[in-house]
Amino acid sequence: MADSALSDPAVEPQFRPAALERIDALIRRYPRKQGALIPVLWLAQEEFGWLKPAVMDLVARTLGLSKSSVLATAMFYTMLYKRPHGRFHVQICTNVACYLRGADDLVAVASDVLGLRPGETSEDGLFTLEAVQCLCACERAPTLQVNRDDHFNVTPDELRTLLTQLQTDGLRLGPSVGWPGADDEVVHG
Amino acid sequence: MAEHRLLLRRHLGVDFTRLDNYIKHGGFAMWKRAVELGPAGITAEVKASALRGRGGAGFPTGTKWGFLPKDGRPRYLVVNADEGEPGTFKDRYFLEEDPFRQLEGILISAYAIDAHVCYIYIRGEYWNSKKVTNDAIDQLYAAGWLGKDIQGSGFDLDVYVHSGAGAYICGEETALIESIEGKPGMPRLKPPFPANWGAFGMPTIVNNTETLAAVPVILEMGGAQWAALGTPGNGGTKLVGVAGHVKNPGLFEVPMGTPMREIIYDLGGGVLGDRDILAIIPGGSSCPFLTKDEIDVPMDFDGLKKVGSMLGTACITVIAEGTDLIAVMGRVAQFYQHESCGQCTPCRQGTGWLHAIVGQLDRGAAGEEAIDLLIDACNHIDGNTICAHGEAAAWPIRSIAKKFRPQLEAEIRRRAAAQ
Repeated sequence: MADSALSDPAVEPQFRPAALERIDALIRRYPRKQGALIPVLWLAQEEFGWLKPAVMDLVARTLGLSKSSVLATAMFYTMLYKRPHGRFHVQICTNVACYLRGADDLVAVASDVLGLRPGETSEDGLFTLEAVQCLCACERAPTLQVNRDDHFNVTPDELRTLLTQLQTDGLRLGPSVGWPGADDEVVHG
Repeated sequence: MAEHRLLLRRHLGVDFTRLDNYIKHGGFAMWKRAVELGPAGITAEVKASALRGRGGAGFPTGTKWGFLPKDGRPRYLVVNADEGEPGTFKDRYFLEEDPFRQLEGILISAYAIDAHVCYIYIRGEYWNSKKVTNDAIDQLYAAGWLGKDIQGSGFDLDVYVHSGAGAYICGEETALIESIEGKPGMPRLKPPFPANWGAFGMPTIVNNTETLAAVPVILEMGGAQWAALGTPGNGGTKLVGVAGHVKNPGLFEVPMGTPMREIIYDLGGGVLGDRDILAIIPGGSSCPFLTKDEIDVPMDFDGLKKVGSMLGTACITVIAEGTDLIAVMGRVAQFYQHESCGQCTPCRQGTGWLHAIVGQLDRGAAGEEAIDLLIDACNHIDGNTICAHGEAAAWPIRSIAKKFRPQLEAEIRRRAAAQ
């Protein structure tokens, strides 16, 4: 079971049978197994929280690919996490259109409420704050995402309220899936 | 001015994410017409329509389809829904609000080019787009509009969403193909072009979401009528966005060649606070910036090219007088550095230089000579890379450095005075 594997770094992670079924279906979509690599990395990230080296090795074994080809692809894409992220991934767009509509004020509010600078993850595994580039909803700027949810036309007050609520939710939910113990190996990238 | 709405139909207030609603409003009626026309007939209509790729490059769609070799290898249709050009928000409309329009276009286009597998490459951050489009695909399989022997036609088509994972460069069509193959999104040298050697080494057509969404409309009205809506060589209507410092930011649809001024002032409501315009990005931040004296340009591929810029995605960002252009340039430079795939030295190193020099300007640590250094660095990137990312990084910075020099110098003096 994934959870026990994550709590004990000596245990190799394994895909659950349901995940293996989904992987088989993904493989059938492509004429070569490597075509399924990015979808399977997404799935592995859902299962294990982030792509620690043992998880990348598991993906390599599952698809019959070399470890290096899995690593090369995983390292290239920013949304494939090579280090643990917080339960709530707060991504504030700071590109031109959002900058023109006050995005920097939102970053300041988030930094203030969360005590994090952009790029940082809180030690309790609850929040990762990032300043990102164009979420492509510029007519509803400024915009941000929390995990998979879009927030448009956000005001500083709304953001403060939202983050305060997430802090409360975080106390109940705890850190993200796969939040590592002290001994876990982390590849930075 | 009024919009000319053929694709954009938010105003109807209908939930077009439901197949029954889509069909009730004429959806999939063009499949019958497509089968009557046959692949050659469809391609002829698309050629007659003067439809040009809506991803930004503006390559004639029918001509692109015509490049496929007739050698019996399996073919792929790949949809570029990796919307990521800063300032752009048009394909999101189809992906989230009218997904069957694109899917009907995919069905007809796949039939026209004889592809039996289609991958829709959707930007990773577009969670809602992926969900809505996947739901739409499920509805189509359930109703016999995808899969084997579609509606008794004998034609088979499978459509899969392939999620990106946070790499702007995958909007470049060969990087996108690499990404579908499970590799880092590094653009390929061309030739060979994807039509000959694309996904998994097979002939592949990569078309933008809006391009494919236009195909059913073109069949419905006829290619010649679509062409007549626009300007010569720039057929049809175009989704245009207006964002930034405007009173009424939004997504609109107008005939190709509509003057930019009308889009900004009539549809976009004019500038916030009734200020003057300082600068305009015509279609995403890789396009050279325009001054306020250039806004009578017709919004089409050739019009923007004549003023030294590009139509790009036709999503306009308006920057009002009083904005700090060094700060704007900083956001642009940072973006293209972060998103450089790193395989070509001029781009990998040059985008770092641009970001560093603009950073010095922003901190008040560089003087007017840095403007010339920026232009020099841009000249060393431009034309020296295997894909257009180099130009995408260099052109906007160089356009600001050249066209807005007095404003930059004023910002430099302001920073010096503040120290």
